Amino acid sequence: MSADPAPARHYRRPISPFWWLHRRSYLLFMLRELSSVFVAWFVVYLLLLVNAVHAGNDSYQSFLQWSGRAWVLLLNIVALAFVLLHAITWFNLAPKAMVIRMRGRRLPPRSVAAAHFAAWAVASAVVAWIVSGRP
Amino acid sequence: MTRRSSSEALAWGLFSAGGMVSALLVPVLLVLFGVVYPLVLVEPPLQSYLLTVLSNPFIRAALLVLCLLSLLHWAHRFRHTLNILFRVKRFSVPIGFLCYGAAAGGSIWATLVLFQ
Repeated sequence: MSADPAPARHYRRPISPFWWLHRRSYLLFMLRELSSVFVAWFVVYLLLLVNAVHAGNDSYQSFLQWSGRAWVLLLNIVALAFVLLHAITWFNLAPKAMVIRMRGRRLPPRSVAAAHFAAWAVASAVVAWIVSGRP
Repeated sequence: MTRRSSSEALAWGLFSAGGMVSALLVPVLLVLFGVVYPLVLVEPPLQSYLLTVLSNPFIRAALLVLCLLSLLHWAHRFRHTLNILFRVKRFSVPIGFLCYGAAAGGSIWATLVLFQ
């Protein structure tokens, strides 16, 4: 049995591990998937910040200095680009993931996406207001 | 079979909750603490002020939820990315174990840091 060639239905055409570089839409898909890595990096960065704040002013100042180093800054700028890609693609997909009905009629997908972008703007303003402590 | 699909549904639900909170909150926090304050485009907040903000239990709870859901979002999405890239079935169990294990470890760390 083992000497027999595998039946045709078991044949899997070998695919290059870099198949996602071949088309723009595939590349965008892969970049969107990779954005999660930068979301995880942000959690690490946030926890380092909170830890430094709890440890006292000296630790907080050295965290600020460290965050100004070229490689940390560069990493955070790249992370920001990926996180923005995540947010924009996420809110644009929201109408496909949730169908909202009002008075028996389906809310237009554009309104669902617009509501998400509006919520994003409000959430960002509230966070900036709390963090900066200034109106 | 049913158990598998229901755990997959739970993972997907947590993934999408994490996708939503991270999309809403991470960009602004990263702009401020990752770019604006390090470059001193705006004077960073005082440590005493941030300590007051962090002493608010609602803020701590919100940050914990943000951390836990974001980590689960990462675990679920990254697991799928690795499975798509490697497409080797025997790797999918260790990949899942590593991703959700790292998210669990990160969650414990987040709880310890936020509620120290």
